[in-house]
Amino acid sequence: MNAGARFEHSAHWQFTRAAFLGLWRMPAYSLPTLLFPVGFYVFFGLLMNPAFAQWMLATFATFGVVGTALFAFGVGVAMERSQGWWLLLRAAPTPFSAVLAGKLAAVMGFALMIVLIMAWLAAVFGGVRLESGQWLALVAVLIAGTLPFSLLGLALGLWLSPNAAPAIINVLYLPLALLSGLWIPVSQLPAMVQGLAVWLPPYHLAGLALHVSGTHAGPWLQHLLALAAFTVLSAGLAALAWRRFKGA
Amino acid sequence: MNHPAIEASGLSYRYGTHSALQGVDLACAPGRLLALLGPNGAGKTTLVKLLLGVFSPQQGKVRVAGGDPRQRATRTGIGTMLQISGVPENLSVAELADLFASLYPDPLPRMAALGLAEVEDLAKRRFGQLSGGQRQRVLLALALIGQPGVLVLDEPGSGLDPASRRALGELIRAQRERATTVLLCTHDLEEAARLADEVVILDRGRVIASGTPSELTRRLPERRVRCRTNLNTERLAALPGCCQVSRDGDVAEILVRDVNPFLQALLAADPLMSDLGVAGASLEDAFLTLTHPPLKEAA
Repeated sequence: MNAGARFEHSAHWQFTRAAFLGLWRMPAYSLPTLLFPVGFYVFFGLLMNPAFAQWMLATFATFGVVGTALFAFGVGVAMERSQGWWLLLRAAPTPFSAVLAGKLAAVMGFALMIVLIMAWLAAVFGGVRLESGQWLALVAVLIAGTLPFSLLGLALGLWLSPNAAPAIINVLYLPLALLSGLWIPVSQLPAMVQGLAVWLPPYHLAGLALHVSGTHAGPWLQHLLALAAFTVLSAGLAALAWRRFKGA
Repeated sequence: MNHPAIEASGLSYRYGTHSALQGVDLACAPGRLLALLGPNGAGKTTLVKLLLGVFSPQQGKVRVAGGDPRQRATRTGIGTMLQISGVPENLSVAELADLFASLYPDPLPRMAALGLAEVEDLAKRRFGQLSGGQRQRVLLALALIGQPGVLVLDEPGSGLDPASRRALGELIRAQRERATTVLLCTHDLEEAARLADEVVILDRGRVIASGTPSELTRRLPERRVRCRTNLNTERLAALPGCCQVSRDGDVAEILVRDVNPFLQALLAADPLMSDLGVAGASLEDAFLTLTHPPLKEAA
């Protein structure tokens, strides 16, 4: 078998393809995941606040990629687990590394679509001009940013029932987005909640995205360390939830 | 190499205080079809999860396809159908086949696997668009794609109409010709008797009977006799050919193997016996006989 065929028949590629197609063909996932952040950006950014089109590109794209990861893992894993799919995979000789890596790759594919659509809209209709290195850095930060939120989603998906998962993840996601300054800058939020933002991971991902795109020179190292700590915490939660799942 | 392809010894498993399996022994030689028969709640699904390495035995040992099924390498030699598959409904049959093929070292080509389950024509269809019978056949193809030496099938015919069920049964039996060992869980006695080389009957976590289908059916009732009699349950149970007795006041219902000697003995023992009726015994009657020995059921 040549390298191409070996790749095509590898479990990692097959689970990536299955995860991507499964999400793409599920309108309840793919439509809100793609249309909400892009639609919000067009309305609140390009139409209502064109002067902030570049700022909002970073924050609304952050909003988009965080949602992509939380819902694909949180709701997706809870559903697949309860419907018996994961049991069948466990009874088969499935490498779960391929299942999880495949889902992460699919999430990153969706995140890439969101960022590219928004970047195109920002450049064409918002007059946003970045250097090519800044465009690349923005895309790279947002794609990499799906990792910690995917791990948090995995932990939630392993713990929650499929009925509870969508509700609980929405209850987490929307306030997180608001308080992290993804819709309105943190400085415009009521004074009493402004202090919360530094504790919220999306705030740091948006901060990093603003920094690398040359939009707002923030404390990038602080953002990076906060995201690293959040990644470790989410990985720990996911590992605990995994042990519980394997025991069941 | 005559090691059993499927072997369990002294297997026990509890969920909290509920004991699901108690000291179960099971062995199936390579290339044979073993039916695991039992009512719902008998412990079949727990046993299947132990045989597939999803659960770890709390007591006893399990060996399947020459190894410990908790190891992934062992499971490359096992194909499986579970009661609930949860297969993603928006993937096509061909995509699912490719996905499962990627799990095994030496898989069949996609169309060959679909052919074994007679579903080549469904390759382009999404799983969610298929009928119940089509779904079960596709799941069988997924179980076969890795060329497993052992197949573990948990109620593959559940929810199907009798014709589809029978057709699926024939496909499963045909796998023996490929030297595949099959463990078939079912609560359908007739299906077990028709397909299996050996039958093991599980009830409330214990093996209560095992043997070839003909050995077992020799112990099964053929007629249901109903009459008014003064004989008590013990006396009735002691009559020749009696398999099972139940009483409602002075009306007794008796399941019997061979009706003529039983009736002669009954009349001799109770000349006042009246309101006699004789009907064919159903499969449920047979099952009742196996899962409830006659005297324990005395009312």
